[in-house]
Amino acid sequence: MTAVLETMGLGKQYGRRWALHDCTLSIPAGNVVGLVGPNGAGKTTMLQLAVGLLAPTTGSIAVLGDAPASSPAQLGKVGFVAQDTPAYARLSIAQHLHMGSWLNPDWDDEVATQRIDQLGLDPKQRAGSLSGGQRAQLALTLAIAKRPELLLLDEPVASLDPLARREFLQSLMEVVAEHGVSVVLSSHLVSDLERVCDYLVVLVDSHVRVAGEVSELLASHHRLSGLRRNPSTLPANQEVIEQSHTDKQSTLLVRTEEPILDPNWTVTPITFEDLVLAYMSQARDTKHLGRPALGVVS
Amino acid sequence: MIEFQLDPASGVATYLQLVQQVHQALRLGMLEPGDQLPTAQQVVAKLAINPNTVLKAYRDLEREGLVRARPGMGTFVVQTLPGRDEVALARFLSQMSKLLLAARAAGLDSDDIEAIYRTAIRNVFAEGVA
Repeated sequence: MTAVLETMGLGKQYGRRWALHDCTLSIPAGNVVGLVGPNGAGKTTMLQLAVGLLAPTTGSIAVLGDAPASSPAQLGKVGFVAQDTPAYARLSIAQHLHMGSWLNPDWDDEVATQRIDQLGLDPKQRAGSLSGGQRAQLALTLAIAKRPELLLLDEPVASLDPLARREFLQSLMEVVAEHGVSVVLSSHLVSDLERVCDYLVVLVDSHVRVAGEVSELLASHHRLSGLRRNPSTLPANQEVIEQSHTDKQSTLLVRTEEPILDPNWTVTPITFEDLVLAYMSQARDTKHLGRPALGVVS
Repeated sequence: MIEFQLDPASGVATYLQLVQQVHQALRLGMLEPGDQLPTAQQVVAKLAINPNTVLKAYRDLEREGLVRARPGMGTFVVQTLPGRDEVALARFLSQMSKLLLAARAAGLDSDDIEAIYRTAIRNVFAEGVA
């Protein structure tokens, strides 16, 4: 299967700071990818590199097999919804759609008008008077109506209230079901991602911590608890992601493809949220950085 | 047509929740052979979940021989599950209560019993349902 997003040693430097460093990924088509990480981890940089709004400092990136924004045809295959779902405040919804049809060769006017109708929006209304949720839906409509193969969304729901967030994700999943489009979605709202994503990329401190199919990641990570013990005595195929110890007890989160045979451990499966938090706190433990906490909103 | 609900706090994988709800509906007679399951699109429009999750659940049900996908038409129930035997349930409940009373008399508290119960469930239904 072809990769929708493939990077090799990708990096982006601003002055002295690396916003993204040595990032190698290959994301297969047909997935809804959750890009998670704390603020400032490099999520937006990654997405802007993928759309071609930024050029890499090091390494390479290919989107649907080509360099981002390398040709009009390549641009037409990628839909992008930027952070805070911007729209032109003084233009009406109808004018937004009109502009979309002028700028995109494969524009599907039927999809666009039908969606606006379904959302119960008045085409004559100016974008500036829309609610946050409505504006997000307008931005999604514009991105979908160009009939992309890949949709990139940067924190589309972060500023929405819970109802608008749910409605937005419902719309997005309907689009996935109907058009079979691949999606990369950045967010720090783990409970939302858990519902919609089947592929996870955790980005912390400009580095990719873990990437893979959610079901495989959940199957290969386990929480072990038992009598206190030094993690270096574990079998070589068990990688410790997170550990905590009391004077008597050790609790570890390990990654392994093999079954855990040691009867001294109580083994429990982990949740999506455990997985994300473990990789995020791993970064903090090793670097002692006071990173903002991950929001968990249900 | 049935409608799915999700319990995010249950810790049960989403696709399994869907499978279990179809089982339940079959047992209760809410679904019968010939009935259509909601399309993936209808499910995701309501629950805001990944359509692949729905398809995975339906594939599982198809493998069990309970439903069949007809291309372009939808997924239909082809077989039902026998209802639960109420008498057996009642008998089991009374046996379980006696067992629990005996456990309490032996000095176990509800936490101990729950730990034992979980272990027993895991041993009996070895297929890890996480």
